[in-house]
Amino acid sequence: MAFGTDVPGSFCHTRSSRVKKRIRLTAKKYAKDAVIMGAAVGIFGAGFGVLAVDSGFSTLQACAMSLLVFTGASQYSAASVIGSGGDPVSAIGAALLLAARNGLYGMTMSSKISGSLWKRAGAAHLTIDESTALAVGQPDPADVEGAFFAGGLAVFVFWNLGTLAGALGGQVFGDAEALGLDAAFAAGFVVLAMPALRTPAGRTAAIFGGTIAAVATLGFRPGVPVILAAAGALGAYAIHTPRSAR
Amino acid sequence: MSGTVSWWTVAVIAAGSYGFKAAGWFGLGRVLSGPRMQNIAGLLPPALLAALVVTQTFAVNTNQLVIDERLAGVAVGMLAAWRNAPFWLVVTLAGATTALLRI
Repeated sequence: MAFGTDVPGSFCHTRSSRVKKRIRLTAKKYAKDAVIMGAAVGIFGAGFGVLAVDSGFSTLQACAMSLLVFTGASQYSAASVIGSGGDPVSAIGAALLLAARNGLYGMTMSSKISGSLWKRAGAAHLTIDESTALAVGQPDPADVEGAFFAGGLAVFVFWNLGTLAGALGGQVFGDAEALGLDAAFAAGFVVLAMPALRTPAGRTAAIFGGTIAAVATLGFRPGVPVILAAAGALGAYAIHTPRSAR
Repeated sequence: MSGTVSWWTVAVIAAGSYGFKAAGWFGLGRVLSGPRMQNIAGLLPPALLAALVVTQTFAVNTNQLVIDERLAGVAVGMLAAWRNAPFWLVVTLAGATTALLRI
């Protein structure tokens, strides 16, 4: 119907076409954002797959992490702690400290999206940085729910495909160290921290956390320094929050 | 490849991560709401991620820190990340720098 919207004298038709067009355009807008975001996250996922397999996870376990844990920084930290010789308790502790913020995202989203128990239980699994950011960033409240699910599902699909590809491809890398993968993963953590590093309190937390980890590495088993670094968040909070607001 | 990691580790991280998300959605998180917890939870990622950068860059074996080829790679990666380079470019630059120095 190439000329449908231009038929003269058909007000109703034109109007409904306009409404349709508007719906299509907004749908396109966040769907496009969701796919671009998902594709970028797919590369993160591939990085996780490589790191996980290099750290001693099986391919199946790497994929299970991405399917069931589905929160990037926690997965990366668990693999890094285990890869550096940390015990499971440290790996779990570091991963869950990093997962805590998803609870806040869940609280934010639960006030904007309603529905059946199953729908909300599914939405909870998709509650991560990316889906929350895309949803909260919608200028039209009517788009919030669509953007949340589009963003969450796009990231979920690409993250898991990336993990599978990385876990399978990672086994091809013979000598991970000769390829500089250890430095690459350290740089990957920098990228994950970047949004927070652009705020003064985030920078303070990073400096405290990094310093605590360096000192603690000298006296504790691998993995424990990462947990102790959580105190850096408390220190940064104490410094950057006015006494009256605490 | 067969892993050396226990499935229990995978299961506990999965359950805990979903637990936090669900706690937020189903109101259990309200106990921990309020500006204080929100601020601290928001500052945990930079603190822990910085710790991971430090251990991943300097730690060797147990209880030892060294400066080696990793530092140059991570420094290049940091610069790229600060200039908003995409993830793949940051990790590639960091890895390539360290790999070249190790030849």
